[in-house]
Amino acid sequence: MKSEYDVLVIGGGPAGALAGKTAAEKGLSVCIVEKRPQIGAPVRCAEGIGEELINEFFSELDPKWIASKIKGAKIVAPNGNSFYLNPAMAGNEVGYVLNRKVFDRDLIWQALEAGAECYVKARAVDAIMENGVCKGAKIEYMGSVHDVRAKVVIAADGVESKFGRYCGVDTTVPLSELETCAQYLMADIDIEPEINVFYVGREACPGGYIWIFPKGDRTANIGIGIAGNESKDGKRAKDYLDKYVKKNFPDGKITEIIVGGVSICPPLKSTVEDGLMFVGDAARLSDPITGGGIYNAMYSGKLAAEVAAECIRNGDTSKAALMKYDTTWRASKMGKTLERNYQIKEIFVKLDDDQLNSILNSVSNLVMKEFSMLTLMKEIIRMNPKMIAELAPLRKYM
Amino acid sequence: MIKVRREVCGYCGACVSVCPEGAIELIDAYLSIDDEICKNCRICVKVCPLGSLEAIKE
Repeated sequence: MKSEYDVLVIGGGPAGALAGKTAAEKGLSVCIVEKRPQIGAPVRCAEGIGEELINEFFSELDPKWIASKIKGAKIVAPNGNSFYLNPAMAGNEVGYVLNRKVFDRDLIWQALEAGAECYVKARAVDAIMENGVCKGAKIEYMGSVHDVRAKVVIAADGVESKFGRYCGVDTTVPLSELETCAQYLMADIDIEPEINVFYVGREACPGGYIWIFPKGDRTANIGIGIAGNESKDGKRAKDYLDKYVKKNFPDGKITEIIVGGVSICPPLKSTVEDGLMFVGDAARLSDPITGGGIYNAMYSGKLAAEVAAECIRNGDTSKAALMKYDTTWRASKMGKTLERNYQIKEIFVKLDDDQLNSILNSVSNLVMKEFSMLTLMKEIIRMNPKMIAELAPLRKYM
Repeated sequence: MIKVRREVCGYCGACVSVCPEGAIELIDAYLSIDDEICKNCRICVKVCPLGSLEAIKE
């Protein structure tokens, strides 16, 4: 580990890997530090990603990355009624369930191939601040602490991000906007192999949903997220998950338990500071409805590195110069989707199970021309004139 | 103060993200809480998906 780089990336997930790879490709010296002893584990993820989204980054997908091809989704209402979101698209893939352990490692390898350095079991314990400007980080690595200076530090340290705090930025996620999650990797279960299933309802999963994401033959990630303020003794994410699994998959074999938090709050007010950029979950860019964050992490990581490279070339890495990253992602499709989905989430978390039943029943015969949340929302609004008061705020996003 | 039941903790970091004081740190499989910084608000106790955190009387 050297004492100085152009770019220091804190965290070796998809956001950090894409930031490191992109910066190295631009000819910058790059160091990625990952506090865990290995890249890609524990996954802490349901591993789903849309087909169009992942294809934006790769001309072809390595088959090793893909656990399952997904051809549709099934939504289950609180009353047990269900419907599929795929008919018009039948036969086409709409997404994938990844093997993040393999995928994340390959992303880091791509960064290394591009010329970045990566250190595992290397943890940022503090920021190097000079006159309010982030100038690098103190990295604890194998028992000693190294000062690593950088022209730009990219905080890609995930939902449990601490680096912002070291620089004086409050990154606390409000309790009600932190989904507390538990997931089992289950084997020997009867599932539809190419369908992602979503259960909604206050009773089964308050402020969140239960998911089944297939990972192969008779195997799936089965998990739940509930709103943090709904979590208490006897009613924690794992309690709800156990109840669901006992009822629906009593003979399934649990081969892995994963827990985690997913933020569903708005992104940080500013994702740049002097000498500092926030990407992925650390910037609070996970989707407020789905909780999905892989694409947003990769997109923001790549964009941050592009802007950082430009700013370093121009000799100005101030907040004002780095702001181009912030304004660009906010104006992007990802930024608009985050903004819209936050508003949708705000409305949906207030609906009771009767309202959810009624809404989902209304769209159960929907043939979607295009597989998207936007299409679904438009139909929900069209089909539910009685609920117009609740849904009215969404109109401007449609 | 907050006690971590290490045999239950899934070292996921959900508590780290909601701690208003920044008192919690997750180092791989080891969660630590800085009692000097902790204000005993117990948000972490509530949010834990497994129930691994316990508020105990000092």
